Amino acid sequence: MIELVNVSKHFETTSGTVEAVNNVSLKIDKGDVFGIIGLSGAGKSTLVRCINLLERPTEGQVLFDGVDLCTLSPAQLREQRRKITMIFQSFNLLSQRTALKNVCYPMEISGVPKAKQLEKAKELLEIVGLSDRMNSYPAQLSGGQKQRVAIARALATDPQVLLCDEATSALDPNTTRSILALLKEINEKLGVTVIIITHEMKVVEQICNRVAVLDHGNVVETGLVKDVFLSPKSEIARDLILPKGGAAKNFTGGRIIRLVFDGQASSEPIVANICLECRAAVNIMGADTKDIGGKAFGQILLQLPGDEASAGRIIKYLDSKGCKYEEVNE
Amino acid sequence: MTAADYIQAIFITLKVTVISTLLAYLLGIPLGVLLYGTDKSGIFPNAPVNKAVGFVVNIIRSIPFVILLVMTQPIAKLIVGKKIGDNAFIVYLVIAAAPFVARMIESSFREVDRGVIEAAQSMGSNNFQIITKVLIPEAKPSLIVGAAIAITTILGYTPMTYLIAGGGLGQMAIQYGLYRFDRKAMYISSLLLIVLVQIMQESLNFIAKKCDKRIRNK
Repeated sequence: MIELVNVSKHFETTSGTVEAVNNVSLKIDKGDVFGIIGLSGAGKSTLVRCINLLERPTEGQVLFDGVDLCTLSPAQLREQRRKITMIFQSFNLLSQRTALKNVCYPMEISGVPKAKQLEKAKELLEIVGLSDRMNSYPAQLSGGQKQRVAIARALATDPQVLLCDEATSALDPNTTRSILALLKEINEKLGVTVIIITHEMKVVEQICNRVAVLDHGNVVETGLVKDVFLSPKSEIARDLILPKGGAAKNFTGGRIIRLVFDGQASSEPIVANICLECRAAVNIMGADTKDIGGKAFGQILLQLPGDEASAGRIIKYLDSKGCKYEEVNE
Repeated sequence: MTAADYIQAIFITLKVTVISTLLAYLLGIPLGVLLYGTDKSGIFPNAPVNKAVGFVVNIIRSIPFVILLVMTQPIAKLIVGKKIGDNAFIVYLVIAAAPFVARMIESSFREVDRGVIEAAQSMGSNNFQIITKVLIPEAKPSLIVGAAIAITTILGYTPMTYLIAGGGLGQMAIQYGLYRFDRKAMYISSLLLIVLVQIMQESLNFIAKKCDKRIRNK
């Protein structure tokens, strides 16, 4: 549905050229909840703005249903933008309009009759759970409520794609969860493809089915969320996934491995068995469980004993059991 | 000096000030939009136009008003057929105030959150819609505060304009106070000018606050 083909975006600044996005190719299918994750400055926001051409790519194509958006006239592009709407980290509501009037805005500019605008806006505010606040101004709403208004506004033109630029980064954890649940619901009930830009792995885990990892403007990894979680290939993905954000690097002593379980394997008491079978003690450095696409996934960071013999026994044991693991302290 | 004289003077001053302000805005709004829009971070960047308009605006703004009055006499003659009288008076004030108003409008627009404009673009707004439905409504409180400054500044220019073409309270203060040593008339007309400025300033500021939806508790 959306395909980026070798998209690059460079900015000319006084201190030289900044390559914000570098030769990125991505394919996003209809119905996906697609996550684009990366650290600050990785080029995520620039990349998402290339999708609706708020930033015009320096090179490459942005295909929407096979049509390259870069080749459209300004009027045609405005028409397409009604099908690819966007929500933002800072909500960007019109501060002098009520919630209801904010939701009316996109319909107003596309010439929908007034009565119809109001009817639809009320419906949408109902969907996002804000029908009791429709006459409030943004200043009177909380962050989560503002984002709900923004979501309702983004849905007003019946879009096919919803772009979310760090949409939950300014919200507390509980509000983040409820906003993500709302986005998931919109994806499932209305069939809207959702593209989420974030720096938080937990956002990706909660609602995305596919993910692309962005680092310094390059896509370093892409795939199903559970695959990337079970066996991250890039350093940056591993950092984002590790409990406590990669603090393992700072531990000294024996080798550290990251043991991962998918839904089935998590019933076996694997750590206890390691100790019993290999007669060696391991140190648990960190652990957590995650719910990815409705299935439980767990990970444990284990520090192996300092002597190579015991460590080797443990590795052999894990291999024999077919456990997924990887070393993290190079 | 009778009360009727003062009332008539107030009336003339107000008439000239209000008409000049309205006309200055008529010219200043498109100029302000142009200055804001053609800036490199604006909604229709165009460096040559921005530089040209900015240059003209700065030139007019940097000429002292008294000198501008003399310089623009031929323009008044061209437009209203006379170099003196209320109508000529209005021409001088509009020429002096329009660039000032344009800068004021530009700065009010700059206060509008860039993200909100980006959001409007992402929803498929064209530039005209962004100006009329986003920039102006969002900047409204600031525009009204700007209008309060503009109208009082124009009012402040009126006595000076008397030197060339005149009437109103300014004429009274100068003619009676300066030339005839009628101190009472000078103080009364000056006081009336102060009161007018206060009324305009305060009432417009009040309206600005009243219409600003960003203020939570009123």
